[in-house]
Amino acid sequence: MTLLAVNRVTKRFRGLVAVDNVSLQVDAGAMFAVIGPNGAGKTTLFNLIAGVFPPDTGTISFEGERIDRAAPEHICQLGIARTFQIVRPFAELTVMENAAIGAMLRAPDMDSSYAQAGEILRRLDLWDKRDRKAHGLTLPDRKRLEVARALATRPKLLLLDEVMAGLRPTETDRMVEILRGINREESITILMIEHVMRAVMALATRVHVLHHGATIAEGTPTEVTRDARVIESYLGAEAFA
Amino acid sequence: MIAELFAGVSTRARVLLVLLAVVMLAAPLVLDRYLVSVLILVCLAAYTGQAWNILLGFAGLLSLGHALYLGLAAYISAGLYVHFGIGPWLGVFPAVAVCVAVAALLGWLAFRFRIEGVYFALLTIAFAEVARIGFDHIGFTGGAGGFFLPVRSEDQGQWWNLRSGPTFFYYLALLLAAGAFLLCAVLRRSRLGHRWLAVREDPEAAQALGIHINRARMSALLLSAGMTGIAGVFQAFYANNLFPSQIFDISRSIDLILAPIIGGVGTLFGPILGAFVLAPLGEVLISITGAIGLNAPGTKALVFGLFLMAIIAGVPTGLWPRLASLLRLRSVGR
Repeated sequence: MTLLAVNRVTKRFRGLVAVDNVSLQVDAGAMFAVIGPNGAGKTTLFNLIAGVFPPDTGTISFEGERIDRAAPEHICQLGIARTFQIVRPFAELTVMENAAIGAMLRAPDMDSSYAQAGEILRRLDLWDKRDRKAHGLTLPDRKRLEVARALATRPKLLLLDEVMAGLRPTETDRMVEILRGINREESITILMIEHVMRAVMALATRVHVLHHGATIAEGTPTEVTRDARVIESYLGAEAFA
Repeated sequence: MIAELFAGVSTRARVLLVLLAVVMLAAPLVLDRYLVSVLILVCLAAYTGQAWNILLGFAGLLSLGHALYLGLAAYISAGLYVHFGIGPWLGVFPAVAVCVAVAALLGWLAFRFRIEGVYFALLTIAFAEVARIGFDHIGFTGGAGGFFLPVRSEDQGQWWNLRSGPTFFYYLALLLAAGAFLLCAVLRRSRLGHRWLAVREDPEAAQALGIHINRARMSALLLSAGMTGIAGVFQAFYANNLFPSQIFDISRSIDLILAPIIGGVGTLFGPILGAFVLAPLGEVLISITGAIGLNAPGTKALVFGLFLMAIIAGVPTGLWPRLASLLRLRSVGR
């Protein structure tokens, strides 16, 4: 079943075509990765899905319902949560409060928001830091908090924008494990932008490759990494260095 | 509900809070008229400080024009009393309603056209200035010459018309201050309070978590304006005179925000502590400068300003966070 359908979407910024006629379909339960070099339009695509701005042409549907003109808060209420590539924690609030603000979207009251937030912080290895203010966290912890807060809104679809960036290999493996758990146990569909191929290969069921805003390939991780154009435009150095 | 509020509060803090409540309740029994009048100023400043703190401290919106709501409500309730004999307990409703309506207009303009930060503050000043100049020309309420509530000895004791002695006003101001404190404590833990904090910290991130930015901001603005309006009604019947050049003046707006700034923006107890420091400080300065013969105009303001600078330079986040950690009152968690 298709959960998210992006259909021939284009977005221009002052003549620059950031996303060029991109279509993709994310099936329920999938771990879908969007990869591509810097400036390929990945984050713009995320912002379009999350409702930060509308597409110039094309449509986006979630569970069969058009969302390409909906506001970000409405899209979150429908069940799509996102993280920000450049993390945006509520700096002066505690880690616990950050997560509870995510959880209160669906929790009946604040007590259960905090209870749910606590569970999610345990899951993301942040429980011991729950009473710290978010501005005091290290970058890996802020990345985890970003995921925790989005997850706390109990989404059906989780948009992850480079959550592995800046993590050490062991931390990456731990995050891969956490995300796999979220995907399997909570049956949350994941759409991720990721540069860390180690994570993509370990997690993704399907990979979509963007270059200069346009799609150049889509397939399973193995298919995509063998694609000549993908190797040339993106993987080249990384895959064979 | 109230018991729940103190769930995360340390025993030490509870004891101090009860002690403060007892001292404040007993104060008029032992203090003279003058000191009671100073305490009225303290309570009123604590109350208006809480109201303004909801807007900046919780929702992250800087208003430098809160005198607008103070003045509007003061004039409306005074006008209703003088011209139509409608007492303040009834008059407070239309007065607050007008404050909320004007705040809604201001908020609509600001949020509709994405006026944020300093520009929002400028808009609040503009609204207050319009009212100041406007009321200069409203003959119905005395214009620039001022509006006076009759002070007749035969009215004394009419508490239902707020025609009563300082002790009565004191307990009323104490009730307002305590009520605002409890309200803010409830709000800080509520869903709405969490929405405000999220929007204050990062509007875009809040929005991505399903929070409607403008609704959150508007609710804080309307509540803050309405609460300040109640203080305006109090002010009118306590002072018995109103001048547009005073009650709507930007210096009045600044007065309203000093207590929470000195005490600690965004904290629950900051506005109270700030009020306890500032109102007596002003009074003490008057008597000291008077006693040593420094009667040059502006001396008091100058020394007052120096004190403020010293406090802000010494503890930029406000006195309360520092004092709370000195007294080890900080509770963990929420």
